[in-house]
Amino acid sequence: MNRITNHQLYRLITAHFFEIIREPAVIFWGVVFPILMAWGLGIAFTQKGAVNLKLAIVRVTDKGVSVDETKLIRCLKASGVKKDSSYIVDLKNEKLGNTTLTFIETSWSNSYTMLKKGKVSLIIEDKPLETIYHFDPANSEARTAYQLASNLAVYGPAFYTAKQSEIGLLTMTGTRYVDFLIPGLLAMGIMMACSWGISYTIIERRSKKLLRRMVATPMKKSNFLLALITARFAMNIAEALLLFVFAWLYFGTKVQGSWPALIVIFLAGNIAFSGISVLISSHTANPEIGNGIINALVTPMMVLSGVFFSYHNFPDWTIPVIRNLPLTMIADSFRSIFNEGAGLADIWFQAFVLTSLGVVSFVIGLKIFKWY
Amino acid sequence: MREFEYIVDVRHVSKSFKDVHAVKEVNLTIKPGEFLALLGPNGAGKTTLVEMIEGIQHPDEGEIFIAGKQWKHHEQELHQMIGLSLQETRFMDKLTSYETMRLFASFYKLDTDRVTEVFNLIGLEDKKKAYVNNLSGGQRQRLALGVALLNKPKILLLDEPTTGLDPNARREIWNILLGLKKGQNTSMILTSHYMEEAEHLCDRIVIMDQGTILAEGRLQEILTLGGGHHSLDDLFISLTGRHLYE
Repeated sequence: MNRITNHQLYRLITAHFFEIIREPAVIFWGVVFPILMAWGLGIAFTQKGAVNLKLAIVRVTDKGVSVDETKLIRCLKASGVKKDSSYIVDLKNEKLGNTTLTFIETSWSNSYTMLKKGKVSLIIEDKPLETIYHFDPANSEARTAYQLASNLAVYGPAFYTAKQSEIGLLTMTGTRYVDFLIPGLLAMGIMMACSWGISYTIIERRSKKLLRRMVATPMKKSNFLLALITARFAMNIAEALLLFVFAWLYFGTKVQGSWPALIVIFLAGNIAFSGISVLISSHTANPEIGNGIINALVTPMMVLSGVFFSYHNFPDWTIPVIRNLPLTMIADSFRSIFNEGAGLADIWFQAFVLTSLGVVSFVIGLKIFKWY
Repeated sequence: MREFEYIVDVRHVSKSFKDVHAVKEVNLTIKPGEFLALLGPNGAGKTTLVEMIEGIQHPDEGEIFIAGKQWKHHEQELHQMIGLSLQETRFMDKLTSYETMRLFASFYKLDTDRVTEVFNLIGLEDKKKAYVNNLSGGQRQRLALGVALLNKPKILLLDEPTTGLDPNARREIWNILLGLKKGQNTSMILTSHYMEEAEHLCDRIVIMDQGTILAEGRLQEILTLGGGHHSLDDLFISLTGRHLYE
């Protein structure tokens, strides 16, 4: 009987596919988690929500002059609202977003306790004739609090709304952090899905002697690996589509370049990491060793390849190396297509390198593959 | 008239792994339809011998003929003749029994009719839709046996098929194998830790130790070797000074 449903390749693909979609944890980590990560990071780095900074004020009597007469206190009384022992000052700016400064009057010892617990980021020693700001300059929140409080003490709250015309907001698609992030997450999704979905599956099935059992039949060996890769590829398409649709609906992410180029790089990335995954899992039957091998492959690339932040922060001499890592090639190509309007002509070389890497790795992996 | 007298013919076979001589100059023949038990302690060379018959290890010296053919150049043909059940094989957890059986059936280009036949044979019709990881140990072993029987094998290789099973589950496996013995012209090589299993199912018993065959024959024949023994373990102690199932 020649029905396609009886063909071994069809049955192997469906078997691998069922194994993936029937495991709730796989669906969570493969589909839901990347979307949650995109949402969380996208929100954290793109929304200009109200900022609330808390500062401690220690009022010090100096040379018999009443502390009520300090410039800062007069300013707080004029521009803020007194609530218990605190002054709350709202600084409003349409372009920067609103900031609330809460000045908490307290003692020295209590202010240090609050600083240690992270309740305040800065302590103001408010003397009648001078104001001293105590904070850690390495703490960016404390630096911001210092600049805002010191300007407030000198110029009043008007300083925050002045010069709004100087600010030009970068809100167009392609220039936001989330536009940097989504292509990186799509690239990382390919790497993680292939590495764990193919390598770990092979190693685990070898350890359970399932590969040995299968190879004792007339099964064509390459069909087993091709089916595993095909099932994984189908899942990768679904995962990438869901992430993209979420980013499109929630963040307004758009592909400014060529869709065919995007598809070509997606395909090339999958080929590259599928081949690498077969190669790295070609020998070991120990899942713990496999775990280590996979982590040794993916962790450096996750750190170096600029998935979350630009790799240009690394030393200059490392950049040529980082640029040629497979994950960097995919992420950079995705970004150029999403954000810079790149087309096939711009990414063909990366697609060629990635595809070649995948094919060569697959062939070597199949050649040295241990079935038992 | 058959083209061959023995379905399995092992001639002067030796196999070493680095400095370990796993199998030394072994000769073994099995007739069509014969059930043979291969007994011996761990490291006796049973697994290596079975793996060479199965074609996944190659002898350093000697020759192995399966139905008159050697593995080299006849791999596809011989795979069609052999059924295999390993002690520790675990199928894909999230496939149903039926999907597992259909997957293996596809390797032999068999259709659903044969799958249904095998389910009837192993008595798992009511577990067709159960995921493999929801089957009991005995049911999994019956599924593994069913997979091994899909292609109506000429030779069935069973590696400790009932180890770890309760007496009822063990007897169910025995009944399937006894039915097979009556109904088909299948030969079987069984490795086991249970003497009663070998006695109950097999025509002939081969005892191995340190890569060589120590004794061979029907149970009652080999128990009389060296003056008579109550059990195979007693016989093994008299031959080697050690227990059979160490």
